[in-house]
Amino acid sequence: MSMFDVIIVGGGLAGLRAAIAAKESGASPLIISKIHPVRSHSGAAQGGINAPLANHPDGKDDSPAKHAFDTIKGSDYLADQDAVELMTSTAPSAIYELEHWGCPFDRTTDGRIAQRPFGGAGYPRTCFGADRTGHYILQTLYEQVVKQQIPVYEEWFVVSLIANEGTCCGVVAQNLRTGKLEAIEAHAVIFATGGAGRIYGRSSNALTSTGLGMSIPFWAGAHLKDMEFIQFHPTTIIGKNILMTEGCRGEGGYLINKDNERFMKRYAAEKMELAPRDIVSRSIQTEINEGRGFSIDPASGGSGGGYVHLDIRHLGRAKIMERLPGVRDICLEFLGIDPIDSPIPIQPAQHYTMGGIDTDSNGKTAVKGLYAAGECACVSVHGANRLGGNSLLDTIVFGKFSGIKAAQESLESKTKCRIDANALKMTLKQVEAHLQRMCDNRGNENPYQIKLELAKVMDDKVGIFRTGSDMKEALDKVRELKKRFKQIRSAGMITPFNYNLLWLLEMEGNLDVAEVIAMGALARQESRGSHSRRDFTKRDDQNWLKHTLASYTKDGPVLSYKPVTITKHQPQERKY
Amino acid sequence: MTTFKVLRFDPAKDKAPRVDTFEVPAEKGLTVLESLYYIMENHDGSLAFRSSCRAAVCGSCAMHINGKYRLACNTQVETLKSDIITVQPLAHLPILKDLVVDLTNFFKHYDEIKPYIIPDSKLPEKEFVQSPKERRKIDGMVDCILCAACYGSCPVAAGEPGYLGPHALLKTARFVYDSRDKSTKERLQLVAHNKGLFRCHTIFNCQIACPKNLDPSGAIAKLKMKSVWSSLKEILPF
Repeated sequence: MSMFDVIIVGGGLAGLRAAIAAKESGASPLIISKIHPVRSHSGAAQGGINAPLANHPDGKDDSPAKHAFDTIKGSDYLADQDAVELMTSTAPSAIYELEHWGCPFDRTTDGRIAQRPFGGAGYPRTCFGADRTGHYILQTLYEQVVKQQIPVYEEWFVVSLIANEGTCCGVVAQNLRTGKLEAIEAHAVIFATGGAGRIYGRSSNALTSTGLGMSIPFWAGAHLKDMEFIQFHPTTIIGKNILMTEGCRGEGGYLINKDNERFMKRYAAEKMELAPRDIVSRSIQTEINEGRGFSIDPASGGSGGGYVHLDIRHLGRAKIMERLPGVRDICLEFLGIDPIDSPIPIQPAQHYTMGGIDTDSNGKTAVKGLYAAGECACVSVHGANRLGGNSLLDTIVFGKFSGIKAAQESLESKTKCRIDANALKMTLKQVEAHLQRMCDNRGNENPYQIKLELAKVMDDKVGIFRTGSDMKEALDKVRELKKRFKQIRSAGMITPFNYNLLWLLEMEGNLDVAEVIAMGALARQESRGSHSRRDFTKRDDQNWLKHTLASYTKDGPVLSYKPVTITKHQPQERKY
Repeated sequence: MTTFKVLRFDPAKDKAPRVDTFEVPAEKGLTVLESLYYIMENHDGSLAFRSSCRAAVCGSCAMHINGKYRLACNTQVETLKSDIITVQPLAHLPILKDLVVDLTNFFKHYDEIKPYIIPDSKLPEKEFVQSPKERRKIDGMVDCILCAACYGSCPVAAGEPGYLGPHALLKTARFVYDSRDKSTKERLQLVAHNKGLFRCHTIFNCQIACPKNLDPSGAIAKLKMKSVWSSLKEILPF
């Protein structure tokens, strides 16, 4: 049994940044990830990362205060304003740090970090490296992890927390290479496991972005916050739903319906294609629903639904090759079209989980010794709708803060947080028994069928536009699936690289997270940000300017609410 | 229906690898990765393969498909123009299970070349100033997704496990040609030896195999020149 000061679960941007911070704070960190860190979904981020550097000629007046205001307005006033101010005031130094670590950002003619316009932002504020920004930052942080010689247990799958009298003091993880379960003790644990996008069928997320990283802390007593706020990205390619970065529109791309019309003029006359994502996604979906989109030939396969065109042809070959080469590769490889010559067929798809494990700005959760950062956490800085380019910023800012805090607390509590050997053995046995039960299950339900049904009901009933009756149906369905999941037919054994078993464990978490999403959405009787109800079309600050909190009980989640922190900006009507 | 012939091997149980055959329904746009999922979900839940982004950026699913090293996720069955698809793991790497290979050596070599920037000790207050022209020198070199297709395709790496490999040498070039890095001399020393640059026989397999169309062969050639030139400069009287 090994012992570390801080265990970081997840090797994406938030996890790596937390590990580096913990190490620099004098603690001994360990990164545990079910995949090698460079495979993390952070690497799929394309368009960029926001910071008010004022490097762009049109951005000379930019400031952290303006970045904060745009973020708060973008969040439909659900973000905690103190957390947002902290994030935007830290942003410039966080970006310079990445640059000093070698991140290959694109450059302005005078050699500064280049910035491009993004949705919902008053200035060109999004720092980028072509359309591979996430890849570049992920590689850069991993390079620093190698430099700092931080140990990484890659391809270890965390199944459970170890708790001692309500304090988190380690994890139980399966070494995929051997199939064996091991207990790993620590004085603090940081979850940085990313989003839960794969609960949905149409999602831009990696296949590894499942909800288990949110459900393990949830089961252990942490709260899930604002889970009903799911971001649908306006532009993903039809069929595969792979992201076409907001940078396409930031560089000047148009959205066009089948009547060859730039329809955004009807929805956001001033910002047009660069309105925030919730508004652009609703606009596209409205065009499709009202018959002004294109329909997908069912014979062409894929996930169905209609689409519109994202047109970047007028940017010209040179600019596309320089600024959007990855987008072009995706179109060539997955659609067989070249966006230099053809418009790109796109549709909105699930993209980001605004909600997550409830934390303060140091990543602390309701469970002592347990922290969370990045997409799996909710500080909250994104509120009801995240602005493009703010998620990467969230990961490096709050990843760092949680790493520092976890290191400090673990160094202070070294003597206190030990669990006795027998209790540890018991925990390990319980987890092993749970896995064994999963493997031994010989019911008659096909787990893959359950997965498909969950994805479909979330796509259809808890999507861009919502109604009470649809969401009630979704909630009933999720509860039915939870019951059926107990009767699955499994042919597994605990063996090395049993991805099938992993997948079953993740499915168990998915169902609980889906239940929280549907419950929170059904309860919230207003429209705010990404949560858009046909039966409650207006934002209702009097009753609903508050965060949803879900707590785990064995009879199902229980909802409660807590106030939003307002500092400078009283809610106003949101116009673009 | 398309017939998939997939290499199977569980070193804990099997004496030798075997090939299992599965039928997968044809569907427009279906990728090899999606086919492997179809097999796992419908035929054999024990099939092991790595995957994550399914969009050709994470580097998880490099394998040997119908005679070529490719990413399973961006290879459409249709474009292979064959009723039979053979799927094998990357060559010459130890198989951990089925299509999952041991990348320990691959990442060990990555670690050996000091894969992180070494700038001047005094950092600027804001960013380093780097002109667009200077930045363009590392274009492509920074796009490596560490999928190991190059490494799996390299006959030199197959014969010499100590050889640093195309990925580590490309990574070296990424820092040597970065205007912010100040350790070229040390970097060249780390790679200019008979298990590094000079082990490369310029076979170009890595360049052909790279699913991101990068050019490790070219980067190695440039580093060889640079290394020879810097050694010459030390001994020449002018």
